Amino acid sequence: MAVEVKKEECIGCSACVSVCPFGAIVMEEDKAVITDACTVCGACVDTCPVGAITLTVEKKEIAMNKEDYKGVWVYIEQFEGAARNVGYELLNEGRKLADGVKQELAAIIIGDDVDHLTKEAIARGADKVYLVEGPEFKHFSTDAYTITLTDLINTYKPAVILMGATTDGRDLGPRVACRVTTGLTADCTNLGIDEATGLVAWTRPAFGGNIMATILCPDHRPQMGTIRPNVFKKAEPNFSLTGEVIKVASKVKETDIRTRLIDIIKVSTVACNLEEAEIIVSGGRGMGKPENFALIEELASVLGGAVGSSRAAVDAGWMPAIQQVGQTGKTVGPTVYFACGISGAIQHVAGMSSSDIVIAINKDPEANIFKLANYGIVGDVLEVIPALIEEIKKVKAAQ
Amino acid sequence: MMEIVVCIKQVPDTTEVKIDPVTNTLIRQGVPSIVNPFDKNALEAALQLRTQYGGKVTVLSMGPMQTKEALKECLAMGADEAILMSDRAFGGSDTLATSNALAAGIQKMGKVDIIICGKQAIDGDTAQVGPEIAEHLDLTQVTYVAKIESIDNATIRVQREHEEGYEVIDAQMPVLLTVVKSINEPRTPTVKGLMKANRKEIPVWTVDDIVVKASAIGLKGSPTQVRRIFTPERRVQGELIQADTGREAAGILVQRLVGLKII
Repeated sequence: MAVEVKKEECIGCSACVSVCPFGAIVMEEDKAVITDACTVCGACVDTCPVGAITLTVEKKEIAMNKEDYKGVWVYIEQFEGAARNVGYELLNEGRKLADGVKQELAAIIIGDDVDHLTKEAIARGADKVYLVEGPEFKHFSTDAYTITLTDLINTYKPAVILMGATTDGRDLGPRVACRVTTGLTADCTNLGIDEATGLVAWTRPAFGGNIMATILCPDHRPQMGTIRPNVFKKAEPNFSLTGEVIKVASKVKETDIRTRLIDIIKVSTVACNLEEAEIIVSGGRGMGKPENFALIEELASVLGGAVGSSRAAVDAGWMPAIQQVGQTGKTVGPTVYFACGISGAIQHVAGMSSSDIVIAINKDPEANIFKLANYGIVGDVLEVIPALIEEIKKVKAAQ
Repeated sequence: MMEIVVCIKQVPDTTEVKIDPVTNTLIRQGVPSIVNPFDKNALEAALQLRTQYGGKVTVLSMGPMQTKEALKECLAMGADEAILMSDRAFGGSDTLATSNALAAGIQKMGKVDIIICGKQAIDGDTAQVGPEIAEHLDLTQVTYVAKIESIDNATIRVQREHEEGYEVIDAQMPVLLTVVKSINEPRTPTVKGLMKANRKEIPVWTVDDIVVKASAIGLKGSPTQVRRIFTPERRVQGELIQADTGREAAGILVQRLVGLKII
């Protein structure tokens, strides 16, 4: 595949230069030239007013027989025996994909003594569960989990694998994709089926959320992707559904595992598990001083939510880095996101723009955060937040 | 001697990227190219290891010739060597093809004890190239490292950032680590460092300098394909709650949240 400019037809208007998301087109002697940075996305092709840019597709020689790969898999990540929500969210979405291509939906569960999770996976839509158990899976390790997931893929040959874009999911996904030589699209916020090809269309933000890219994996199987938590909704479990549980023996040897977990230093779980939180209350520099974050914590607590922070508040030493939301921190997608005293710099927005409802409280009416807020209050956080806490408590008491 | 390799990427400073309100496309003009911020954390971690345990720090990057500028900055920060992999044949690489090329480059260097990468690059945000290099080279990997505690007897003890907090992990070397921002504060190059970096030769390796299958790099080695690029829809104008006092505004907001069944 290649994008080429027919030099004799190029009129030197440079329209293509500005639409290229990768900056891969330069003007040389008034003619457009495609550089090494080109990813063959084709954005320039439609823009050229004189049709001087062409995209040619050459057939790749692939040893893989794509027809052998069938079914949609969802990796159910568990931590200490409890499934993370994202696995169930993906079962619900995976069900739609599987129905769309008329194939079965399977859940993959790997862990130690995690048999209890199979029932719920079936109740949430899986036709089948592949279960691999053993003490070597008590804690996540790249080596043991990669060996196991790779073995399942090579044996049962799925067409599609969905995984949560969690810390472990983004550790395991690329390792497995590389071992089986296939494409992985990271951190997706939308899934669909490409009408022309029937392939999974993986959509993800890039350039700090400034652009979205839809990615296909045409010639390799399985098509793999990690998907952000909280993007899709879970289905209500229906325990009258039935499915098959296939127990697969572990092939992991003790010497295969090159890491050892010594300890887990838990930071207050409610406060720091931002990726799975349905409500997040974040504070920024506009909170004035670190002591005022007690208000953020109280508001989060009355709502049953987690506490986040902007980069500015972390850089100032007011909040630990683990709670930072944004491009250089965590990417979150809760149902409700409160931005308190946060201006809404693009790097912060990149980490929270997939939130369903954004509520902004800021004393500066010109703050960027109001542009993406569903509800905005222009006012002093120190006045508004205590009033909010009080009002919410009243409502909760009356319920 | 401990051999440490740091993989870096030159990226557009995405915080400076703006959207043209008329054409709804990225405005790239005037957007500076920088060393990916997480890669600077990776380099700082490598330099600190060198101070503590001795060794050599080599910075490796793949990209067009202008990437030399980014490598120069790394040399100025204190890296011992910098190598650029640049060839038209690498063009259009996705993460898998990129990792294939970089892994081949690292193999050419010979013995390596630690490879450090930033957790992800800020233009693509994929966080895939690090683990994929580890896979090609059959190395232990630990991602999202927030602290390097010690190296003892070919075992490195690190803290890994996790949803629940931090995992303390012992990993057998050779190892590939990807690091998060909180691991350190990268140093600023000194004037002396800059002068030294300017004098330093940066070798450029082409596809002929490494051992790699032509089908494993560039577009041919890329299983993923960009189908479409578009600008995300901006949110519809929300409601700016009008009230005389903060208390009153809070009351209205709570009513809205009750209406949405959030409270």
